[in-house]
Amino acid sequence: MSAILELTNLRKHYATQKAVDDISFSIEQGSIFGLLGPNGAGKTTLLRMITGIFYPDSGHIQFDGKTFDPLNDIIKIGYMPEERGLYKKMKIGEQAMYLAQLKGLSKAEAMQKIKFWFKKLEMETWWNKKVEDLSKGMSQKLQFVTTVLHEPKLIILDEPFSGLDPLNANLIKEEIYGLAKRGSTVIFSTHRMEQVEEICDHIVLVNLGKKILDGTVHNIKQQFKENKFSIKLNELPGTLSAPAFNIVNVNDNELVLQINEGFKSNDILTHFLHNQCTIESFHEILPTLNEIFISQVEGTHATARAFQKTDN
Amino acid sequence: MNKILIIIQREYLSRVMNKRFLLTTILTPLIMVGFIAGAAFLAATDKEMHKIAVVDQNGFFKGNLRDASDIKFEFPTDVDTANYSKKGYTDIIIIPKFEGTAKAEYIIRSKKRIGLSLESKIEDRINDAIEDQMLQQAGIDRAQLDSIKSSSQFAEMKSLEETGDSVKESSAALSYGIGFGSGMLIYITMFIYGAMVMRGVMEEKTNRIAEVMISSAKPFQLMMGKIIGIGAVGLTQFFVWILLIFGIIAASQFFIPQDVLQQVAELQKANAQMGPGGAASIAQAGETAQNLYKFQNTMSTANWPLIISCFIFYFLGGYLFYASLFAAVGSVVNEDPQDAQSLMLPITMPIIFSFIIMSRAVEDPSTSMATWASIIPFSSPMVMMARIAYGVPGTVPYWQLAASMLTLLGSFLLTTWLSGKVYRTGILMYGKKVGWKEIGKWAFRKN
Repeated sequence: MSAILELTNLRKHYATQKAVDDISFSIEQGSIFGLLGPNGAGKTTLLRMITGIFYPDSGHIQFDGKTFDPLNDIIKIGYMPEERGLYKKMKIGEQAMYLAQLKGLSKAEAMQKIKFWFKKLEMETWWNKKVEDLSKGMSQKLQFVTTVLHEPKLIILDEPFSGLDPLNANLIKEEIYGLAKRGSTVIFSTHRMEQVEEICDHIVLVNLGKKILDGTVHNIKQQFKENKFSIKLNELPGTLSAPAFNIVNVNDNELVLQINEGFKSNDILTHFLHNQCTIESFHEILPTLNEIFISQVEGTHATARAFQKTDN
Repeated sequence: MNKILIIIQREYLSRVMNKRFLLTTILTPLIMVGFIAGAAFLAATDKEMHKIAVVDQNGFFKGNLRDASDIKFEFPTDVDTANYSKKGYTDIIIIPKFEGTAKAEYIIRSKKRIGLSLESKIEDRINDAIEDQMLQQAGIDRAQLDSIKSSSQFAEMKSLEETGDSVKESSAALSYGIGFGSGMLIYITMFIYGAMVMRGVMEEKTNRIAEVMISSAKPFQLMMGKIIGIGAVGLTQFFVWILLIFGIIAASQFFIPQDVLQQVAELQKANAQMGPGGAASIAQAGETAQNLYKFQNTMSTANWPLIISCFIFYFLGGYLFYASLFAAVGSVVNEDPQDAQSLMLPITMPIIFSFIIMSRAVEDPSTSMATWASIIPFSSPMVMMARIAYGVPGTVPYWQLAASMLTLLGSFLLTTWLSGKVYRTGILMYGKKVGWKEIGKWAFRKN
């Protein structure tokens, strides 16, 4: 598959800090991409450059096979910023209509698509209500619909699930999968690692304006694995120590082990089989993205930077 | 381009398709008319009667000193400064022996201070009385004097304006009215619609709509769409008002009796034959017809097409000039409305200042102050309207009008361009108090 978006050496400096400092990566068409990073890492600035709100100081953005041209390409992008907003006094139907028309849809097209989405997300009765009458979760749903209404090639969602109850969050999640299946590419920016783990194919972690991780979720987990295994026995053997592993943790009949250099997982099994143990389960412990995130970001003064952030 | 149209449409419709708009558009003129009528009513009825006791040592003031609507002179014999208020008089005047040579001091005493206009009115009456007495001494009797007084209002000013080799009737009062009225209207609308633009921008910023919008349209489109949309709301309001005025005038025609209208038509015909310099024979027409004719005649002295087209130009030009500045301020302001106050000051000051110059220019449209102020774009919309009413090219030469219009056009393009840059940065800037120095930096940086 070809890359829909390719960033090369992107830079954006503000007076007080380097918000985005030499970041390059590419996103495959139809993938769900996670852009991760602590507060003030430069994610918003990066997204604003991708959506054409800011111009990069230097670097190149390739969008859909051509150099990114904000004026024309903007209608192929749907952006739901973290700071969401809608006109409070406007009726919901008119609001959706307005935003759809600004994205280049004709009135008839817009009407048909709004009806389709409103029906899909059970929002049909909302048409004549005003935004100020909606709860936070409801306006979130509306915002999502207005973002994806024009079926953009690239959908950028900044914290899309904040404020949604699990039911509605699932609804939106299903829609995100559906959009990706139909060929849209989704960039997903969040701090919620369990969602990333669940949804994203590919992630990039940025911190202090630099890219520190880039790869598929599987590869990154492999990269950071500590060769830990969990084994459950029906009864603990007399001697636990062996040259093949160290014991990290013992909890009743369940052990967490770390394999020593030069040994394989089979060596653990062999050891316990030799000791006449009945093995109930055996599996590798991979680090969670959360753990990777914390281990990568901790100690880099990211929190201090968040305090003096000036990047919006 | 299409996006600007969509934005204009929203800004316009969301304000016009609104009960409040309908209400304010119809109620504002009614309230204004009510205020004016109320003020006139109060001025007419709320006058304090002054019952003045006159202690006259000459004897001729009785009979010559005439009362006014709010002054009544009486000549009691047993009144002095000690007891006049007990006897029911508000004031007492002591008139000294009249020598007929030097100025003498006349003393008026009262419990309550006398106003300036009342004092000069009383002085005029006393001088009139002395004049009458002198004329009578010269041999003109009372009856002659009265008949001369009642029928000697001969002069009626009619000013003619020379344009090339033709003359045209002009009316200073009408020019004043038009000049002040249109200047005032521009002043008010600049504030109302300018503030509306600012509030709209602030709403977009504080409700965090700006970022959603800016990912769909360019900041400049967003700003111009708002400015033009609200300007169109202003124009709509004007047209509704003009329609209302014409409606009222047309309706009032039905209440004028047919024969009066006919007399007016005859007067017009007669006057047309005499040419603008002449005076029509208006002897046989009734008083209402004459007044109506005079009113119509005065109204027709103004160059209405020029005035109305200039008004629309200066309204739009002035509005666009200031609205973009208001938009820039709105984009910089954070949630705190007090920020808005202090940032607005440099914009509102020139508007208020222009109003002061305008109210001077409308009395004397040819001073160098008025001329300059009518060319400088900060004040030209108001001041030029005040001057245009006095006639183009008589009072305002064509070159001045052209210079004024061109500078206004050029500078509104400039303010819009600079404001657009400030707006672009300001609209996405949260949680930071911004000073003028920083705004200047945004406005003048390259990219």
